Amino acid sequence: MGKYRCLLCGYIYDPKAGDPDNGVEPGTPFSELPDDWTCPECGAGKDEFEAV
Amino acid sequence: MNHIEIAPNIYWVGYVDWDVRNFHGYRTQRGTSYNAYLIVDEKVALIDAVKPGKGRSLLEHIAEVIDPKKIAYIISNHTEPDHSGEIQKVLDQAPQAVVVASEKGKIGLQKYYPGNWNFQVVKTGDSIHLGKHLLQFINTPMLHWPDSMFTYLPAQKLLFSMDAFGQHYATSGRFDTQVDMDVLMAEAKTYYANIIMHLGSIVSKTLKQAQSLEIETICPSHGVIWTEHRSRILSAYQGWAEFRARPKILVIYDSMWHSTEQMADVLADAACAAGAEVKVLKLDVNDLTSLVTEVLDAAAVAVGSPTLNSNMMPTVAAFLTYLKGLKSKGKLGVAFGSYGWSGGAVEQAAECLQQAGLEMFGETISCQYRPDEETLRKCRLLGTQLAEQVIKKTK
Repeated sequence: MGKYRCLLCGYIYDPKAGDPDNGVEPGTPFSELPDDWTCPECGAGKDEFEAV
Repeated sequence: MNHIEIAPNIYWVGYVDWDVRNFHGYRTQRGTSYNAYLIVDEKVALIDAVKPGKGRSLLEHIAEVIDPKKIAYIISNHTEPDHSGEIQKVLDQAPQAVVVASEKGKIGLQKYYPGNWNFQVVKTGDSIHLGKHLLQFINTPMLHWPDSMFTYLPAQKLLFSMDAFGQHYATSGRFDTQVDMDVLMAEAKTYYANIIMHLGSIVSKTLKQAQSLEIETICPSHGVIWTEHRSRILSAYQGWAEFRARPKILVIYDSMWHSTEQMADVLADAACAAGAEVKVLKLDVNDLTSLVTEVLDAAAVAVGSPTLNSNMMPTVAAFLTYLKGLKSKGKLGVAFGSYGWSGGAVEQAAECLQQAGLEMFGETISCQYRPDEETLRKCRLLGTQLAEQVIKKTK
């Protein structure tokens, strides 16, 4: 499970950590994030992320 | 400058900063303004405040219109201290006022200011009725901070766009119709290049979103208000967001003993002879602010650096670091320079250009001490080929 970086603000999504504050369980791969998930730092959509 | 009524019961109450020349590293050659706006209705709202230290002027302007105690809402469209710096001073006069901000805005304001402020968090779709004026809020995250939002008045067709569409431009006139349009567009471009260039995808999305709004007046947080020329700034933003380029090559370099300078001149002359628009910009006489403004609509950037202590010259490194953060798209890069005993700078410059998102064109060119005829031939050839390529690309 790879990490993904937000191209706008630099936030890194780590699948091991997930995004529990926004209902994403640890262990969730980036590809399985809901389509409406947004960067918790800046609100960018999934299409603004690239694999690290 | 005095307060001014910009629309019925809507006032500009900000501060014109004629003197500022360095705005967190941005060279503000024409000063700036911190635009705060006051909406007078059954409930009174202040849209943003001003930079720390300019609060006395803000309060004087407000007091010329109404008693500051009557302010019910302070709308913070953007957390950055040049707009939030004096909110506390307004709250000292109007302690009951509610600070309205996005969720990220509230977090940021709480980090910056220790006061126990009364917040109302808003998001896209939320609105506040002041009486005759309806304020609608639109989150615009990363345009240009996570907290950023627009406040829109549908009945007045007026948009408070915070830093978007702004310009660092101190003027006595508050409107686009009162200033030299060429200077205004140049300052708007400089602002976009230095503050917003890296957020092109967000700009495009926001412009699409804004198409659904009827807008006759755009009130940014810096510079003049867009009225008659609003379509000009909107279409300029569209072009800048898409990185529309001219057949323009920048030759940006520094030099210690004229060797890299000679390479720069030869490359530039050849590119010019081949029909490209060329600008030769030496780093010791050009500031970063104007350099990246030139980058915005350039098709190629050729960077020259001597090797100093096994590294790029610090001026070149500073430019490339700034360029990397601004993430330009669709541009070609070239690296060249001289060295004494062990090189390295040219390869480092090429790596930085690639990290900045430029596509490298041709081979890098290095020479020891002085460019010989073979080196100059390579520079000439590279300049010619680069010009042909950018002319083809920008047709």
